[in-house]
Amino acid sequence: MLAKRIIPCLDVRNGRVVKGTNFLNVSDVDDPVHLAKIYSDSGADELVFYDITASFEGRALFTDILRRTASQIFIPLTVGGGINTVDDFDRVLKCGADKVSVNSGAIRNPSLIHEAAKKYGDQCVVLSMDVKRVDGKFKVFSKGAREETDLEAVSWAKFGEANGAGEIVLNSIDTDGVKKGFDLEMLDAVCNAVRIPVIASGGAGCVQDFIDLFKSVNADAGLGASVFHFGEIAIPDLKKALRDAGIPVRV
Amino acid sequence: MIAIVDYGVGNLFSLKSSLQSLGLESLVTSDKKAILSADRVILPGVGAFGDAADKLNETGLADTVREVAANGTPLLGICLGMQLLFERGYEYGEHRGLGLLKGEVRPLAEDVTGLKIPHMGWNSLIFTKPSPLFKYTCEGDYVYFVHSFQAKKCEDSLLAYCEYGTTPVTAACGSGNVYGTQFHPEKSGPVGMKILRAFAEL
Repeated sequence: MLAKRIIPCLDVRNGRVVKGTNFLNVSDVDDPVHLAKIYSDSGADELVFYDITASFEGRALFTDILRRTASQIFIPLTVGGGINTVDDFDRVLKCGADKVSVNSGAIRNPSLIHEAAKKYGDQCVVLSMDVKRVDGKFKVFSKGAREETDLEAVSWAKFGEANGAGEIVLNSIDTDGVKKGFDLEMLDAVCNAVRIPVIASGGAGCVQDFIDLFKSVNADAGLGASVFHFGEIAIPDLKKALRDAGIPVRV
Repeated sequence: MIAIVDYGVGNLFSLKSSLQSLGLESLVTSDKKAILSADRVILPGVGAFGDAADKLNETGLADTVREVAANGTPLLGICLGMQLLFERGYEYGEHRGLGLLKGEVRPLAEDVTGLKIPHMGWNSLIFTKPSPLFKYTCEGDYVYFVHSFQAKKCEDSLLAYCEYGTTPVTAACGSGNVYGTQFHPEKSGPVGMKILRAFAEL
């Protein structure tokens, strides 16, 4: 039976893992290669690396970290952050990424989704979206959740699917960092609109939040950052609790 | 020496790294002599069946891989590389495969209804017959899949399947020295590494 996936997300800046609350007040957590190994050994089903570096030097550090991680860890790796062109796909895929997530780059240039899917296959293209409620609508934000766009989450997800995205990461800005549970209402809207896997992001605070996620909406995976980095949830405990709740997981 | 056939399809970084971490020497190559003189050969692949089959034919590597199989050298196809081992594929039209295993490759959507496609993620193996490829693997072990097509009419060589919803999906085939896994052992954590180790010990 296909297992629901648990995915730790590592935000990397200048070679270190950081995690912000509501995208602000970033604080240092750990060495990414070390953390990735710990997660892989403890049963993480995939890892997501977000490059939040802006500088050229930081980017070079990031690809080095990616290469070192991918040569030691044999679970799927998704990379995002600063992906604006097909060349950016090429750069991270060569360093061992399996999937590449696009966010602002696809908002600026929507044909990037199709171009990348055509070159590397749908399975390689992840459409990541930061979404926030504005006047009762689920609006897509760009530039690290700072800038509102004209896009609505459901239609943007459908556009992504139609153009070759193989997966969607839906990050709710409203619940991100709040640790009171995933945004089930927002997730339900997107999960019901597409037939590709949806990864839920933003809001995980405890084990029960993951149980509620998989019991309530048709999400394929739950993503978390600080809850895992700070040891608030240990992945083996989470997997066991999910299994006990009748949710299929890889243990 | 394990030769990883390089025909311009897919990302071979993880495969090479995973073999390296097992202490196995490997070479990513399109050189026919190197492939024919290797102890073992892996045919990787990501992308569409037709394109990949064309590339294998255009480069002459299709014949090389057939020669590997005929020589009795252990051969492992992974994902699309596994699908190419069969007689035909139906992805954007009908295409000829290598014909090393009996069967054809068809869209998952023909069998799976009401579920997401691609079949992406970790699924558990159910064995249909014992195989040395799985000597270190237990029934129920999880491996990582990403695919929208699967081998069908391959009962003769079927080694393992998984269940997507209630539909059986071909996970691994093998006949003589020719093996194929629909899943990615190089992305399947410790379970996948054990499968690669078993392949290296065939």
